[in-house]
Amino acid sequence: MKKDFLLFVAFSLLVMAAPQYFRGGYMMNVLVFVGINTMLAIALNLLLGYAGQISLGHAGFFGLGAYLSGIMTTTFSLNPWVAMPVAAFVVGCLAGLIGFPVLKLKGHYLAMATLGLGIIFFIIFNETYEWTGGPSGLSGIPNLQLGSIVFDSDVKNYYLIWGVTLAVMLFALNLANSRVGRALRAVHDSEVAAQVLGVNARLLKVQIFALSAIICSLAGSLYAHTMTFISPTSFGFNFSIELLTMVVIGGLGSIYGSFLGAALLTLLPEFLRGANDYDIIIYGGLLMVMVMYMPGGLVRGIPALYRKIIKPKGEAGHA
Amino acid sequence: MQFDQILQYTLSGLSTGAIYALIGIGFSIIYNATGIINFAQGEFVMLGGLFTLSCLEFLKLPLWAAIPCAITASTVVGILFERLAIRPLRQPTPINLVIITIGGSILIRGLAMLVWGKDTHSVTPFSGDTPIAIGGATILPQHLWILAITLIIIIINKLYFYHTISGKAMRACSYNRRAAGLVGIDVRRMVLFSFIISSAMGAVAGIIIAPLTMTAYDVGVMLGLKGFCAAIIGGMSSGLSTVIGGLILGVLESLGAGLISSGYKDAIAFIILLLILFIRPQGLFGKSDSERV
Repeated sequence: MKKDFLLFVAFSLLVMAAPQYFRGGYMMNVLVFVGINTMLAIALNLLLGYAGQISLGHAGFFGLGAYLSGIMTTTFSLNPWVAMPVAAFVVGCLAGLIGFPVLKLKGHYLAMATLGLGIIFFIIFNETYEWTGGPSGLSGIPNLQLGSIVFDSDVKNYYLIWGVTLAVMLFALNLANSRVGRALRAVHDSEVAAQVLGVNARLLKVQIFALSAIICSLAGSLYAHTMTFISPTSFGFNFSIELLTMVVIGGLGSIYGSFLGAALLTLLPEFLRGANDYDIIIYGGLLMVMVMYMPGGLVRGIPALYRKIIKPKGEAGHA
Repeated sequence: MQFDQILQYTLSGLSTGAIYALIGIGFSIIYNATGIINFAQGEFVMLGGLFTLSCLEFLKLPLWAAIPCAITASTVVGILFERLAIRPLRQPTPINLVIITIGGSILIRGLAMLVWGKDTHSVTPFSGDTPIAIGGATILPQHLWILAITLIIIIINKLYFYHTISGKAMRACSYNRRAAGLVGIDVRRMVLFSFIISSAMGAVAGIIIAPLTMTAYDVGVMLGLKGFCAAIIGGMSSGLSTVIGGLILGVLESLGAGLISSGYKDAIAFIILLLILFIRPQGLFGKSDSERV
């Protein structure tokens, strides 16, 4: 426990010190995205990595949070600090309601149902243009404000987003090590066995689904208020797949893995500037290679690879 | 007036429905033989259309030669996919299979984008585009081609599964893979067969619909998902109920787009998908099946 706490403190210090190193404005903007994507990847990981329930529609909840926040603050001129929890509450209730029938499904069927949900959300964002602005997007969303500080620059947004991301991380780490986390892993391994041991698997799955949706909604609201402009393309099927890729690459069931996956996939396009359209091929290839050769993700794969390369001496003859 | 409109929408819905049915049967064949939902199924539809285009435009082949070439090429991709992605998988849990087939579909789509570019391509219809009047509605010759070819494929499919040894072996695998293995059926070969058949069927669907809707590297996603929807309505059967599922879906979608709103056209299929999954996951016509733990 103490080691975990120290690791988290070290990670937080690193995060807080990073702006000193990256003085350039553009990199800060990218790191803001890393923060938002880390939150989303953790949300999906709680569901997929811990409870073993796949979702291919999480971009929908992300979008819903962004649009609810955006519409409440522009059309109804609500304070963003009020709009954010209201959006999270609405999304949480909605996910809870949808969760009951959806999470009765398993495996492939669950994947298809959540995929369908995500696409329905995407179509709604596009078609209700009197509210959302349709494909051309919603602009003029106000920045968050705390006293006299307006979060309108990359550096201020960095601290805002990463403050929330670290809080989400700490919460997820605690949850994973709690009774709930153990119950989730039990459901993952065998739902029947978990139920026999007194875990209300059905309710637990819905709760974690709703929690995951709430984190997505929060990330969506923060995204809307930092970017001040949102359009449906950010919340489509491809983004759901990108989130899945982050979680799988980082490592299922590892919170720091989600950060690794999110950071890698957010930074990768920056390094592949020339290969603008090819990034999708790289996602597809990465996804396949990881599932085939490193099913535990980078978090477990790299140490395993290290052990394999560094000390194969004692195990001669054993491949 | 109103009746003519409904007739028109129904007729055009039937031909898209036939396409959904073909794709849906492809899903079911792989699912029954292997327990895998192949998320890359839609990509074979895209490949069918685009390979035909290449055969016609670059190789200057006549249509009757281009179609078999395109089917063969798509099937080769299907075989490669099974060999390189599905078979080497070390931990074939449902979630890993979902992820790997999604990865495969993204990869195939990306490669198609490299080869054919991002443009939308049109393919010439099989026999002209003079509309034919039926009652108060008009249809194109291509619609008739679609319905006829779908019918032929379904009949061949039926004959294969019920009257040939390898078809019967595949059905045995779908009932119980272990038992099929015990009576001497090479289950892994049947898995490969299932990928061959369904990628060929997907390619056919892509070839016959391309002249009607145009084709591009990304048409596979939506078509694939709707084909899956047809298969779900039909209870994942590789026979008549999936065909009916496809036709119902095609007609409802076409009527919904025409009479309610075209913007929500794609949502209709997914709402049906969710309702079926929630209320009757065994399909519209299936008997409920108890789950094995």
